[in-house]
Amino acid sequence: MKKPVQFNLNGIHKAIFVDGGENLLTAIRHGVGDTSPKYGCGQGTCGTCTVLIDGKPHLSCLTLAETVEGKNINSSGGLANGPQLHPLQEAFMEGFAAQCGYCTGGMLMAAKSLLDQNPNPTRDDVIEAISGNICRCTGYEPIVDAILAAAQKMRGGSYGGRVA
Amino acid sequence: MSSIEFRKEYFADERDDDLDVVGKPTQRQDALGHVTGRTKYFDDHLFEGLLHMRCLRSPHHHARIRSMDVSLAQNMPGIIRIVRGEDVPVNMNTMLDIIGFGRDDEMLIQTKKVAYKGEPVVAVIAETELQARNACKAVRVEYEVLPHVLDVEEALTPQAPVVNEEYPNNTFDYHELYDHQKLRFGDTEAAFAQADHIVEGEYEMSPIEQAPTETCGAIAAPETNNRYVCHTSTQALFFSLGISAKLLAMNSSDLHFIGGTVGGGFGGKVDSLHEPMALLGAILTGRPVKFTWDRQEEMQVGAPRGAERWRIRDGVMNDGTIIAREFTGFFDAGAYTRLSSYAIIKGTGHLPGPYSIPNVSSNVYCVYTNRTPATAMRGFGITGVDFSIEAHMDKVAEKVGMNPIELRIKNAYRDGDMKAHRRIAKNTALIECCQVAAQKGNWAIGLEFAAMSSLKDGGGARAHVPQTKIDQEGRIGERKAGRVASSAPSKNGQISSKPSSTITPVSASMAMGQDVKNIAGKPNKLAMPGQSIGPVHHDQTPQATPAIGPDGVMSVPNTPDGSNPNNSSGQIASTTPASHPAPIPAPAQTPASPTYRPQPSIAPQSVNPQSTPSPQVVNVPPDTPKPDDGSSGYRPNEPFTRGTKRPGVSRFISGSRRR
Repeated sequence: MKKPVQFNLNGIHKAIFVDGGENLLTAIRHGVGDTSPKYGCGQGTCGTCTVLIDGKPHLSCLTLAETVEGKNINSSGGLANGPQLHPLQEAFMEGFAAQCGYCTGGMLMAAKSLLDQNPNPTRDDVIEAISGNICRCTGYEPIVDAILAAAQKMRGGSYGGRVA
Repeated sequence: MSSIEFRKEYFADERDDDLDVVGKPTQRQDALGHVTGRTKYFDDHLFEGLLHMRCLRSPHHHARIRSMDVSLAQNMPGIIRIVRGEDVPVNMNTMLDIIGFGRDDEMLIQTKKVAYKGEPVVAVIAETELQARNACKAVRVEYEVLPHVLDVEEALTPQAPVVNEEYPNNTFDYHELYDHQKLRFGDTEAAFAQADHIVEGEYEMSPIEQAPTETCGAIAAPETNNRYVCHTSTQALFFSLGISAKLLAMNSSDLHFIGGTVGGGFGGKVDSLHEPMALLGAILTGRPVKFTWDRQEEMQVGAPRGAERWRIRDGVMNDGTIIAREFTGFFDAGAYTRLSSYAIIKGTGHLPGPYSIPNVSSNVYCVYTNRTPATAMRGFGITGVDFSIEAHMDKVAEKVGMNPIELRIKNAYRDGDMKAHRRIAKNTALIECCQVAAQKGNWAIGLEFAAMSSLKDGGGARAHVPQTKIDQEGRIGERKAGRVASSAPSKNGQISSKPSSTITPVSASMAMGQDVKNIAGKPNKLAMPGQSIGPVHHDQTPQATPAIGPDGVMSVPNTPDGSNPNNSSGQIASTTPASHPAPIPAPAQTPASPTYRPQPSIAPQSVNPQSTPSPQVVNVPPDTPKPDDGSSGYRPNEPFTRGTKRPGVSRFISGSRRR
């Protein structure tokens, strides 16, 4: 039985029909067509499907689509402001923090949630914030460096992204 | 905070530092797509009306399929099609058939006997993934459970159950002759008798799943022009294309493969299981079909790096010189060959590690067990044995009471040394690596060792292939018949009953990419009129073009008729990387004279079974080598020159460093 559900995805109003029990990941990917959140495990262990629901990071594979009625959802596909990349995106590019790129969307959203709440995080804060996101090829050091560099840039400091 | 430090003082004369691209930071081409979510992985291609395919998998390690009832599943809601092994046009394959290595041994969907837990027995195509999952649960399969074997050495015993019916001895057949891959270089047995110490060790590595974040999968759909498009996560697009075309009995020109964006692979995405499945689904239903593993399947039936067990036996002198090293290796291929046969060829070419050891022998077995088939993963074939070798080096150092770094430097190969698989070592740098490692780790080494160099003291007598003792133990089927007790190279010497006038030369054969079947189909005896003979090569054309296997190992194709100009009756046990076409010299005139062409030839080896006392002479440097005939620019008898400046070597194919 299909059910209607309405929400804002990256600021755009969406109204779709979902199957009973359908998860938010499938709804965003196949219902809406935004493929930036990825399937990695379907069990809430890898974090690659991370999206923000009302600003908080959630695992879309474990979130029932019906439960996001009326909520604001953000995915990495909507992180850029038009042609202007988000400082996190710039830092990930410049700091070689996205190798195969599959975990990147989830990493970016977990990092955005952190920086939105804490503009001046410590390295430990960053590590804690992405602790639910598994990366298999980039390695975590460049990712942590990139998030710290983006935070610095967003505070108005000089950009300190590391170049490979 | 880069962790890379360039030590430009080493090999400075070989390097250009005025390169425009190499060594300069640059922006990755795909980074913008990754950070914006625009990069399209296989599953990001959305199709209207996409169907979902899932497999029912064997719950048993080893069982015969007695019957299967799909009637209930067939009538469930949303079920479009049940796909059975009989629906696969050519339901038997081996991955390396694409290069003619090994025999077909694995069904895409099993119809008779499952040989590992998780082997697919039927597939279901449904409108939704949930419907496909439910239908799989509704298929009734009756199994006759068979005894299984999960340990490599247990699988080698005569009473072990037959895992893979194509290889009833539970071992891959090497060169249609042996149940293992041989390497023989010098005479380890004789050297052991002269060694001050014998150091033995056993090392094991468990299977390791590559665990990419993106699970393996493919989406196939009918395209215009009667073709089918396939979006895939494969790491090996042309493997997948060729294998799909074979299994589906189609022209590859009717298949449109799109890959290139992989969400992590590490070797786990080469097996080409998903593309033929999705394509078959698209062909049978006329609709887009996705076949992908969920995380549980990725971890359980995704082919891992195989388990390995290695035994190493070293003959060591009091001063730390390793004079002999013997390997016995077991690769757990799991139930089917996939790439394990090749991993062993690759691993054998690597022995005895980055060391110059004058006597090396190895027997490496590709063993079938009722475990998940193994495949590629990051250096597979090398990683396990390298771990074993380095652990063993520490053990040797402890035994002789030597600094382990100094032991490595002492035994390290140097430029110009002959390696056990008959290649001259070049661009070696182990000594320098050890020196830097010692310095970095504040690990004191003696001045003598700090002054050594990979550029010095190599080659010369160390460039020669020693007199090599060969044997023909471990023929296919002997072990199953109970006639071979041991698997180690030096433990079987008494088994042979071949007449002394006949000998089968053996060497480490780099048979990748060659016409192995053609070679192996010939008779294997070589008449030997009471004289020495050495490993023979097929090549009789002076300008024969070497073929490069997937591992980059060069080998030379045999002549069209497989004949050898010096051997009218004859055939060889296995090919060698030789490219030297000269006749086998009579031993009286030219004992063991290595003459080289751009790739070093295998030196004809003297083994005279009628007169050689035991123990044989160990690694006697040959007399003055036969002068090169001058037709080649590369003269190995002259001091070895490094890099691309040496004559006759293309700078693009030499594989030399930093050029």
